[in-house]
Amino acid sequence: MNQLRERLAPFVFGMLALGLWQGSVWALAVPSYVVPGPIAIFNAYLSDYAILNPALLSTLTVTFTALLAATLLGVFLAVAMAASTLFRAAIQPWAVILQVTPVVAIAPLIIIWVNQPFVALVVCATIVAFFPILSNTAAGLAATPPELLDLFHLNGATRWQTLFLLRLPAALPNFLTGLRISGTLALVGAVVAEFVAGSGGFASGLAYRIIEASYRLEIPRMFAALVLLGVSGIIIYAALGLLERFLLRKRNAA
Amino acid sequence: MFTLRALAKQFPNGTRALEDITADIQAGEFVALLGPSGCGKSTLLRLLAGLEAPSAGQITWDAGHKPGPGDVGFVFQDATLLPWATAAENVYLPLRLRGQSRAETAPLIETTLARVGLAEFAGARPKALSGGMKMRVSIARALVSNPMLLLMDEPFAALDEFTRHRLQEDLHHLWRETGKTIVFVTHSIYEASFLASRILVMSPRPGRIAADIRASVPEGPNRRECPEYIALVHRITETFRRVMPL
Ligand SMILES: Nc1ncnc2c1ncn2[C@@H]1O[C@H](COP(=O)(O)OP(=O)(O)O)[C@@H](O)[C@H]1O
Ligand SMILES: [Mg+2]
Repeated sequence: MNQLRERLAPFVFGMLALGLWQGSVWALAVPSYVVPGPIAIFNAYLSDYAILNPALLSTLTVTFTALLAATLLGVFLAVAMAASTLFRAAIQPWAVILQVTPVVAIAPLIIIWVNQPFVALVVCATIVAFFPILSNTAAGLAATPPELLDLFHLNGATRWQTLFLLRLPAALPNFLTGLRISGTLALVGAVVAEFVAGSGGFASGLAYRIIEASYRLEIPRMFAALVLLGVSGIIIYAALGLLERFLLRKRNAA
Repeated sequence: MFTLRALAKQFPNGTRALEDITADIQAGEFVALLGPSGCGKSTLLRLLAGLEAPSAGQITWDAGHKPGPGDVGFVFQDATLLPWATAAENVYLPLRLRGQSRAETAPLIETTLARVGLAEFAGARPKALSGGMKMRVSIARALVSNPMLLLMDEPFAALDEFTRHRLQEDLHHLWRETGKTIVFVTHSIYEASFLASRILVMSPRPGRIAADIRASVPEGPNRRECPEYIALVHRITETFRRVMPL
């Protein structure tokens, strides 16, 4: 009973907030080009979905391509860093520098250097997204129980056997935590890159539609695009959570 | 089976863990390495397993007894099972690492699990097993490759007393049945006296062998109460009082 109430709580809260929002907009007669109410936003989506849906698809394509690239890059670097302390020493500071540099600052350069716009967006989003996968996977690989490493050694395991039968499975929970953070970061990275590219005249993605709508003062459409982004973020986060539960179900089975 | 001659281990940070360890271990002995925490028992076990190299002295193996991969079974204080694998898959691991197929080894895995009393739990994952059962899987994993030497590092220290007694009885029985050479690290005088045929008492800083005691507790259901056992416990206690005065 209490569990059900807790599950419903966010929805009830959301409905109340929406109602309050719509009520205030009506009561104060706020014009929709300043703050549109939820109904105006929904209507904007209904009239503009032919523009907004392809834009969403484009943003999500960048996001998932970047997430895939970030996964491959992050896991590869983490494994290489676990295998060689020299490689770790050489790479780690650069990975951190890349992580702390705001992507808005590097995006214009990347968009100039990579003249294929889709690839440029993916590169930007990958830069934003790969670090949590790298650092979590590296932490997981480093936390492999030393007794198990000894056991593999005693039984004459090869490096590859130790990697695939022990280290990678042992790092899986950490990797999945990183993946979940990276999933939402990839979306953020894609949107930021689209903003930069969009102000340079490359028309693609929801971010571009947001810029365009703000220039034209089509505020309800802008909000509709924002809502699509927010919902996408939540779905990505929840889906990766489900993936995590699915992949770890065996070791959590009591 | 092997001879330790003036074995010493100093770690790079300067800790002298072992010094002047000399002993001659026969095949088929159940040796207990007994001593307080930090006296170098684990280090000695790791030297025997070849996981670490001595800084002085040597280990000489009798002809035909030099262990290769899989010839040493190692049981740690924690069961350290693969959490994503079933009991049977955990027991299969040492065989898998040597390229043997699951199908060809299935009967062996089954009998090994049965030997530690877990025939019905082949498909259970570690999360679903109690501490004692996990330790049984860990012992089965060490036995499955039929090692000539079984090294155990305080395997029962983390278990409750009831479970510990059961596992001690089963391990002693297993040793009697198979005649394996076992080196068993413990800090319990009672455990060493119950299990072993020979007890190496170690004193700390740096670790040395303070006494080498042959145990002759008769087999039977009353091993823990018989006068020989009580005399042995007493003798070891006296030895500790001598080498480690308060
Ligand atoms: N890898 C290591 N580096 C430095 N010192 C160590 C290392 N392993 C163990 N020691 C030290 O060596 C001594 C013996 O340790 P250990 O063999 O684990 O003792 P025991 O198993 O009898 O409790 C301890 O003082 C411990 O701190
Ligand atoms: Mg120890």
